[in-house]
Amino acid sequence: MNNSRAALATSVAVLAAIAVGIALLLAVGAPPFEALSLLVEGSFGSASKISATLLAWSPLILASAGLVVTFAAGLWNIGVEGQIIMGAIAASWIAREVPGPGWVVVPLTIIAGAVGGLVWALLAGVLKTHFRVHEIFGGLGLDFVAAGMATYLVIGPWKRAGVASTSGTDIFREETWMPEIEAFGVGWPVLPVILGIISVVLVWLLLRGTLFGLKLKAVGNNAYSSYLRGIPTNRYVLGAMAIGGALAGVAGTVQATAFHHKLVPAVSGGYGFLAILVVLLAGFSAVAIAPIALFFVAISVGGTQLDLRLGLDSAFAGVLQGIIVLFVLFAGAWAAKNPGGTMTPQEEP
Amino acid sequence: MALEIRDIHKHFGPVRANDGVSFTVEAGSLHGILGENGAGKSTLMKILSGFYGADSGEILLDGERIALASPAEAIDSGIGMLHQDPLVCLPLTVLDNFALASPGPVRIDRDDMRSELERVSADLGFEFDPSRLAGSLTIGERQQLAITRLMWLGAKVLIFDEPTTGISATQRLQLFATLRSLAEAGLIVLFVSHKLEEVEDLCDSVTVIRHGKVVYRADMPVPEETLVEKMFGKVFVEQDHDSVPLRDAMLQLSDATLQEGTTSIEGLDLDVAAGEVIGLAGLEGSGQRALLRACAGLLEPETGTLSVNGVNLDRCSYRDHLAAGVHYLPAGRLEEGLIQGISITEHLVLASEDKSFFVDWKKAERTAIDEIGDYSIKGRPNSNAEELSGGNQQRLLLAMIPDDVKLLLLEHPTRGLDVESAAYVWTRLLARRSSGTSVIFASADLDELLRYSDRIIVFFGGEVFAIGDAADLNGEELGYLIGGKERV
Repeated sequence: MNNSRAALATSVAVLAAIAVGIALLLAVGAPPFEALSLLVEGSFGSASKISATLLAWSPLILASAGLVVTFAAGLWNIGVEGQIIMGAIAASWIAREVPGPGWVVVPLTIIAGAVGGLVWALLAGVLKTHFRVHEIFGGLGLDFVAAGMATYLVIGPWKRAGVASTSGTDIFREETWMPEIEAFGVGWPVLPVILGIISVVLVWLLLRGTLFGLKLKAVGNNAYSSYLRGIPTNRYVLGAMAIGGALAGVAGTVQATAFHHKLVPAVSGGYGFLAILVVLLAGFSAVAIAPIALFFVAISVGGTQLDLRLGLDSAFAGVLQGIIVLFVLFAGAWAAKNPGGTMTPQEEP
Repeated sequence: MALEIRDIHKHFGPVRANDGVSFTVEAGSLHGILGENGAGKSTLMKILSGFYGADSGEILLDGERIALASPAEAIDSGIGMLHQDPLVCLPLTVLDNFALASPGPVRIDRDDMRSELERVSADLGFEFDPSRLAGSLTIGERQQLAITRLMWLGAKVLIFDEPTTGISATQRLQLFATLRSLAEAGLIVLFVSHKLEEVEDLCDSVTVIRHGKVVYRADMPVPEETLVEKMFGKVFVEQDHDSVPLRDAMLQLSDATLQEGTTSIEGLDLDVAAGEVIGLAGLEGSGQRALLRACAGLLEPETGTLSVNGVNLDRCSYRDHLAAGVHYLPAGRLEEGLIQGISITEHLVLASEDKSFFVDWKKAERTAIDEIGDYSIKGRPNSNAEELSGGNQQRLLLAMIPDDVKLLLLEHPTRGLDVESAAYVWTRLLARRSSGTSVIFASADLDELLRYSDRIIVFFGGEVFAIGDAADLNGEELGYLIGGKERV
């Protein structure tokens, strides 16, 4: 596809989505430009707000980077939500049970989170490769199981002393939190951001520069041809699930030990499904996910201001995200359908 | 009435698929469109039938300019296209398929449709059981159903795109008779092919397209040499089959029982010498594929033993067969061979012996440029597989065969390729014989079987019917054997 044309279509789509957003704001009687400036101010208006945006950005790009790998292998890893939750549960278990200083426990929570997500993803993978359960159904089922498990732990075995409430477990010991660095009067989520950026770079390198990445792409585009070529397709499917799951699990760790500092039933924050949208908008490319994810979290984080200042439901931010996704996907389909003379030839003269 | 094509241009990026095509066909004639693969004839037919819009130019039917923005508009204007793979919805019945094209109101009157189907098909001399599932029809019968539907929709121009691929000899005769009677009834019939013989047999006049332009237009008969020269720009000299001294056994298959679908081959013994070429003949689906898949390790024999190059491969996985030097190229080049969305360079990296973790893309691209030159592939290193024409896809597949392959298994290695590409493919394959590679190939082309095989195995009705030396057979005899008759 013609890249500049696609980029133009995407820009038009984003502008159109904002126009529809403004129309919606007018329809509910809210001042649209004040609302938009509140969105920006709410996400980037001060040091603490930028820090909050970055803290939300990190797990989103971790999960998105993982999904780029599974999409490359042709997998619809809908189970990413459950993988985030299992990562959070595994990290919470370490944070609750393992004594010792932060420099011992924090790395352990990250590893445990990765393993938790990996195991959950491999379950969906094995269901696909060995039991012919499509990854969408296997993954969706495992999402529900993981969510149920988190709720059970919160109100059951890990409930706060005396109270069984879905508001979460006891706060973890402070040493087990991902450390922040103080600057400009606020704490900065340096470790989550580093983890996120490393994951994006590694995934980009993996898919761009390695034989493993090329074979993943081959399996994703035509599994049967790849099998005949001698590529062990099942192993690559499981490998992609393992990588995707591990990164989602680390996203879960960030949610548990850097954001909530406890396990809550909705620990994933919906970042799994949001990450699917991010990757779709990024056109399955690793480099594009960072800015797109930032845009998404800015709307989410800034959206809370709409509630506080204009009395709009905070769900409005979600509506705006949804509109953007629909318009951009529509623009992508349009650009693919009207290639403007750049269509690939069926035959050459 | 006449169909007039005026100055049609169609570009795909820098590629000029149609570069000012103009010609006129009168009603009541059977007109052949000849051209090698990639000449631009498919593009032109897709424009005529509304699949693509032309960049410029116009099409007139009966002196009036017609709009062809979609296949539906083309049919409304009276242009119907019969595809190589007839557009028939297999899980539906014959009647439903017929009614599917109905432009009428929402409600379909099945009784009415049934009588319409009977009326139109009787006119054409076809017979259908309306309640039969389309999936159970042969390709030939599906073509007849598609023709019936197009005629009922009022087609005045019928385009047949390589209609003889995949149908039996009898069905071919029947199809040709139908084409003639359609032309006699005053329709314009375009017959697109790269098979000279068929155009010579059938057509009243011919247009030859080369490099997106009309290079020749004549009434038949025309000497074959002239047509070949117009198609390829030079007369092609056919290469003879020279035999290579046979060496040790490369493939040993003994007492094999193969079971796949309706195929059941029992007690097959086959020894193939190093450097030998074995042709598998027979109607489509007679058991050739089962034998190839068994040798490739994709179909486990019920009984018997298989060894390649002295390595026993009984109950071994497909990957063990690969490791033993077996290489299988199935018929579906883009479905079972190449990978869409992946470039020539990337394909060659996948096929390369170099298994280092990090890919050196600069080096890979240099290799790709070399191989593109070596194998005369029309494409760039970053061209994706689906952008290549059929002949170039096959060339890329050839370039991907490992150097040390022992046994090459090929399904229709030259299907859909023009004479020149086909000859090129065989030059490459035969070159491997001198290093001891054995070749087993299935083909529907008698000429190809006789020219390149040392021995020919004829399959009939899911069984091995005869095995013979190619040198002892002629085309007629082979035709008899394929039809299930003993040699005269």
